[in-house]
Amino acid sequence: MRSGRLAVAGAAALALALSAGCSGGSRETAAPTAAQTSAAGPVTLSYWSWVPNMDKIVAVWNKAHPDIQVSVSKQAGGDDAAAKFLTAAKAGNPPDLIQAEYQMLPSFVAADAVADLTAGTTQIKGEFGEGIWGLVTLGTDAVYAIPQDSGPMMLYYRKDLFDKYGVQVPQTWDEYAEAARKVHKADPKVYLGTFSSKDPGSFAGLAQQAGAQWWSIQGESWKVAIDDDATKKVADYWGGLVKEGVIDGQPYFTPEWNKALNDGTLLTWPSAVWGPGVLSSNAPKGKGKWAIAPLPQWSAGEKATGFWGGSSTAVAQKSPNQAAATQFATWLNTDPEALSLLVTEGAVYPAATKGGAALTSAPDYFSNQPDFWQQTADISATARGFTFGPDVNVTYNAFKDAFDKAVQGTSSFSDAVKVMQETTVADMQKSGFQLAQ
Amino acid sequence: MAVTTGTVARQRTLRRPLRPYGVAPTAILLLGAVYCLLPVSWVLIAATKSKAELFSTATFAPGTGLAANIADLAAYRGGVFWLWMLNTLIYAGGGALLSTAVSAVSGYTLAKYRFRGRNAIFNVLIGGILVPSVVLAIPQYVLFSSIGLAGSYWSVLLPQILHPYSIYLARVYAGAAIPDSLLEAGRIDGAGHWLLLRRVALPLMLPGMVTIFLFQFVAIWNNFLLPFIMLGDDHTFPLTVGLYTLLAAGSNQPALYNLIITGALVSLIPLIALFLTMQRYWRTDLSSGAVKS
Repeated sequence: MRSGRLAVAGAAALALALSAGCSGGSRETAAPTAAQTSAAGPVTLSYWSWVPNMDKIVAVWNKAHPDIQVSVSKQAGGDDAAAKFLTAAKAGNPPDLIQAEYQMLPSFVAADAVADLTAGTTQIKGEFGEGIWGLVTLGTDAVYAIPQDSGPMMLYYRKDLFDKYGVQVPQTWDEYAEAARKVHKADPKVYLGTFSSKDPGSFAGLAQQAGAQWWSIQGESWKVAIDDDATKKVADYWGGLVKEGVIDGQPYFTPEWNKALNDGTLLTWPSAVWGPGVLSSNAPKGKGKWAIAPLPQWSAGEKATGFWGGSSTAVAQKSPNQAAATQFATWLNTDPEALSLLVTEGAVYPAATKGGAALTSAPDYFSNQPDFWQQTADISATARGFTFGPDVNVTYNAFKDAFDKAVQGTSSFSDAVKVMQETTVADMQKSGFQLAQ
Repeated sequence: MAVTTGTVARQRTLRRPLRPYGVAPTAILLLGAVYCLLPVSWVLIAATKSKAELFSTATFAPGTGLAANIADLAAYRGGVFWLWMLNTLIYAGGGALLSTAVSAVSGYTLAKYRFRGRNAIFNVLIGGILVPSVVLAIPQYVLFSSIGLAGSYWSVLLPQILHPYSIYLARVYAGAAIPDSLLEAGRIDGAGHWLLLRRVALPLMLPGMVTIFLFQFVAIWNNFLLPFIMLGDDHTFPLTVGLYTLLAAGSNQPALYNLIITGALVSLIPLIALFLTMQRYWRTDLSSGAVKS
């Protein structure tokens, strides 16, 4: 009796699952065929992105362009989206458009996963700064993506606690080190900053500021110089302070780190322009107490910074509608209306120079600093990047492994840089890239 | 004091043959329970904290923001969380039902029928237990891509239907729970294979099937990698992948820790409800298949 009832219920649920599965299946397979026979009818482009509210921004485009409909799918950001895109491209069904972080773009290019957009983008080159544009051309004549946002680095600091400990905003890294000693001496629980062994992007940005060029393309071959003097200088600087005990060694974005930001035991964070988003969620208590300044410099009077993060919009090589996709990507990243939507809805710091017009009022968290965006624009103008290589994920993993050990004191920071160099070179040789010595 | 020791001593003398190790097993089990429940209670408490409280108050101090968190979660991107919940129910419910059906029939066949290649099939299945499903995810993705099914509901359902361990379990259970004499009696009465399966085998295997169903339901509910690789459209995501998009949301926006923790808590509720309702099937009918031997 009981089993009879269960069997009936089971069969019903089974039928439900099957029909749901069927409808899902047919919808999915129907979409690409519709796109392929697009000559006359409207095209549907799929777009993977993790910018918040991107669906609202795209809705504006869809309304104005009934022939090119874009459907956004929000993905898990960063490395995961990149790995997923590479897998999808290899399997032959990538989305038409993808949000590509600058450091991942070369690996997309090496895998033939993204299209060359040179033809469709000749008019918009002038919309972007040269440093940013270089990140999507990789220093070649091709254009592999259209820049969306950028992450120039600056120094976030606790203004109130700087006053309390009698510390000036450091102009140079030497002054920063002095301040670190002073603050830690005044209260051994308090650190001026921390060195994160989990955030290679941050280290790359600091190395860029010092003038590092980790990769470059010479003719047909790659040159890898992760262990150049500039990078070693940065590594040894932080290594010295961590060893001395005046700079903490805990990674960013952990609950402990959040707590330290909240309770005022961590006074600075060298980070990028997207910092307010992180601070407002992870350190809500610090609202109105933080301020920004340019990163400390390596020699007095210099003006330079690096990039941490930032991404672009790329078009898949296998997309049947590359022209339409390029048209959309161009609109999204250069049209004044789209840029202002990116700022207000997506909380993006636009890469296009015109995007500054939309940045009028300072972020809520920094209401104490009304010139926030003016400062940011000045800092952004001094930012320099470098060409990323085709296996940044390998380099970044090597960073995490090697610097984990370095922070724990089992090896030195410049040795860790050497490990990054060796691991990267070995991987590129294994993958068949030609290397210049 | 003396009285308690007296009773304990009396109980010991009474129960000595049953409990040779005293309270040690109970203590170990209690320790295990604490180990399992501590993280769950953390989720429960953290979900009650508002954004400001999450990283600033003591770990196990309850907060005041549970209602606001749930409201935020329900409103996030127009209620996409509920869609993920529904998707997860389809994947886990449908997948577990199909998988249980396949496992029960295969297990029964392997246990009660003798045919050529039986052992070979069984050995291959045993080998299949040793292959972690993580290893298969990418080949399966490429396979589903080439037949045009990647991204569909089927791409997540199909790979989880054939589950070697469940078939193994069903075979062991069928072997122990279905007496050959009962099947013989059925055959003498003129029952065919189908009738025997439906009327004799499956009712006897019910507790085993419930176990398989629960195992598979939980496994699919928690599965992350397969749907993460297979699905591109965020409207087909299950909870695991959906919540992960909140966690790895890039750094332009405030991280949504509150929503993730509340989402994790809400996604536990169906699992708990399922276990509470299915529990009784485990105990039923211990005697329903009894034959005199």
